[in-house]
Amino acid sequence: MSSETKQILTTDGIPLEVSLKKAEKKNKIKAFLLVAPLLLFLFITYVFPIGEMFTRSVDDKMITNMLPKTFKAMEKWDGKELPPEEVFAGFYSDYKVLIENQTQGKLGQRLNKEKNGFNSITKKLMRQIKRNKIDESQSIKEQIMKVHKRWRNVEYWQAIKRTAPPYTMAKYLKGMDMYFAADGSIAQVDEDRRIHRILWLRTLEIALFVTIFCFLMGYPIAHLLATLPMKYSNLLMICVLLPFWTSLLVRTASWMILLQQQGVVNDFFVMIGLVADDNRPEMMYNKVGTYVAMTQILLPFMVLPLYSVMKTISPSLMRAGKSLGGTPFVAFWKVYFPLTIPGIGAGCLLVFILAIGYYITPALVGGASGTLISNQIAYHMKSTLDWSFASAMGLMLLSGVLVIYWIYNKLVGVDNIKLG
Amino acid sequence: MALPSYTETRYRIWHYFYVAICTFVFFFLIAPLFVIFPLSFNAEEFLVFSEGMKRLDPDAFSFRWYHEMVYGTKNPWGLAAKNSFIIAIFATIGSIILGTLAALGLSSRHMPYKGLIMAVLISPMIVPLIISGVAIFFFMAKVGLAATHTGIVLAHIILGTPFVVITVTATLSGFDHSVTRAASSLGSNPVNTFMKITLPLILPGVISGGLFAFVTSFDEVVVVLFLAGLENTTIPVQMWTGLREQLSPTILAVATCLIILSTLILVTAELLRRRSERLRGINR
Repeated sequence: MSSETKQILTTDGIPLEVSLKKAEKKNKIKAFLLVAPLLLFLFITYVFPIGEMFTRSVDDKMITNMLPKTFKAMEKWDGKELPPEEVFAGFYSDYKVLIENQTQGKLGQRLNKEKNGFNSITKKLMRQIKRNKIDESQSIKEQIMKVHKRWRNVEYWQAIKRTAPPYTMAKYLKGMDMYFAADGSIAQVDEDRRIHRILWLRTLEIALFVTIFCFLMGYPIAHLLATLPMKYSNLLMICVLLPFWTSLLVRTASWMILLQQQGVVNDFFVMIGLVADDNRPEMMYNKVGTYVAMTQILLPFMVLPLYSVMKTISPSLMRAGKSLGGTPFVAFWKVYFPLTIPGIGAGCLLVFILAIGYYITPALVGGASGTLISNQIAYHMKSTLDWSFASAMGLMLLSGVLVIYWIYNKLVGVDNIKLG
Repeated sequence: MALPSYTETRYRIWHYFYVAICTFVFFFLIAPLFVIFPLSFNAEEFLVFSEGMKRLDPDAFSFRWYHEMVYGTKNPWGLAAKNSFIIAIFATIGSIILGTLAALGLSSRHMPYKGLIMAVLISPMIVPLIISGVAIFFFMAKVGLAATHTGIVLAHIILGTPFVVITVTATLSGFDHSVTRAASSLGSNPVNTFMKITLPLILPGVISGGLFAFVTSFDEVVVVLFLAGLENTTIPVQMWTGLREQLSPTILAVATCLIILSTLILVTAELLRRRSERLRGINR
């Protein structure tokens, strides 16, 4: 007997296995079609634009398109000594086109960023070309070299060569206070100008300490909420949930009122004699303000996951620990605490992720010493308009956040985020 | 949490210490909200408690700033409130529709790549707002939707859907799928089954997700700061400018209204959550 005859058939004569697979596939497509609208929407409006930030951050095509002949001629140049006649001739004809289109200024500015001193020598060359001082039948190399002594310096030609690739990682290096040196190697910015590294470290430090503070304050109250009878815990839960639902700006505003020099907290300190009335400490527009306000704002995100884990721990476990001879401290440390570790992980990771990208609160109460990397990104988006640098910094921050998000997803699972 | 009478002194001390810590933390969480109430009735222009207020002198209190908020000249709050509500309502509707559909798909056991897709759908909640703001701004500027209500609504749908996805998926986790099969076997078409059977059962989750989406949109300032023109100003944007430039007590009047609003939303959300837990308890 062949195996075919043994196969079970459905009523319409198709083997059951095939029919089942078909049905499963149909269900798969059905499920996917339900998710598809949102997925498509997010990809178009959100995921791809984030990807575009990357192209924007490495884009350096402007100069590549401005000097096509120069870069073509430079391919044969080894970059060690002054370039040959063809490179000078290529640069001359490219530059003439730019002058005709009146875009030569942009080239000067861009090259000046690569190496100081380009702005003046390109302007000088432009004047010579405009006055028709360059005789195209003679050696162009000799004539350009006469315009300014820097045109005879090989370092300036090396700088032009460095701008040839249409993509550059320069913005990312700048975000870490580094840059491409004259010979193409990576160099460090002078020590007193390393502002970005300070900001990265400060962001990490503030996010870390806010997480620790939230944990230290959140653990006891989550424990209290989980062990109190329902009647009382529901009431106290409101103390956690009301700030959670209240506008971020309202909460920040109330901290601004509390922490100002004539504010309630300072009044209280004066009243109990902690500080003199004429010597009220500055608690806002510095790190203190950022720490206090961010801890209060993010605390619910620590309490809720801790609470939901603690709620599942049976109180009889602690009693068992005690009855087996453990002191309450030992019973807590050996029995209760290990059981709450999943909640601790979830809460800490969530608070850390949210803290590391915080923008509004540090901008309002942080002053100069309490601002984070997000504030720097906003500054470049709005004030300096260096969007490619803002994109680069944003993606550096994002990659850090995604790593933590990945860990969170592995440990907790995104669908287990607690929302009240 | 009464202590048993046999508790040793050191544990007794520790217990009172623990209660003291908890009291302090609860105070730290909730007290800042209450400082806003009395100050919003300040008769003076400063954001500190005046001598009169400390003596509870009735003359030191007034509705001056509430009056200013509603009738003030060149007042941005009316336009801002209108915009905020319009944007939040449309963003909530969009989030609910897209989020609920996605949650239905994700809860099916046939869904391929469930974990990965879920991670992508939740990501707008996790990615720092400043990065979302930059990316969404680039997109909206490219398609010509910057400084329009539509652009802001779309942006807020992006930020609001994760909440709907999470709450509805959570509600569906206790959902008994045999009821929908029963409906189908009785001849109901899928749309009818959804409207008559599934939706009423998952409604608490949908509404509480919608509340989150509403609050997210209503409170969102980072993305709006990138996208909004003068015409699209919202309450949070006005508060942000007010807090940066000069703290006027009008802001406190607005803040008081917002706290009242959030209290109402909290109560609704809590009632829904309890109802949903009760319903699912019966189902099980």
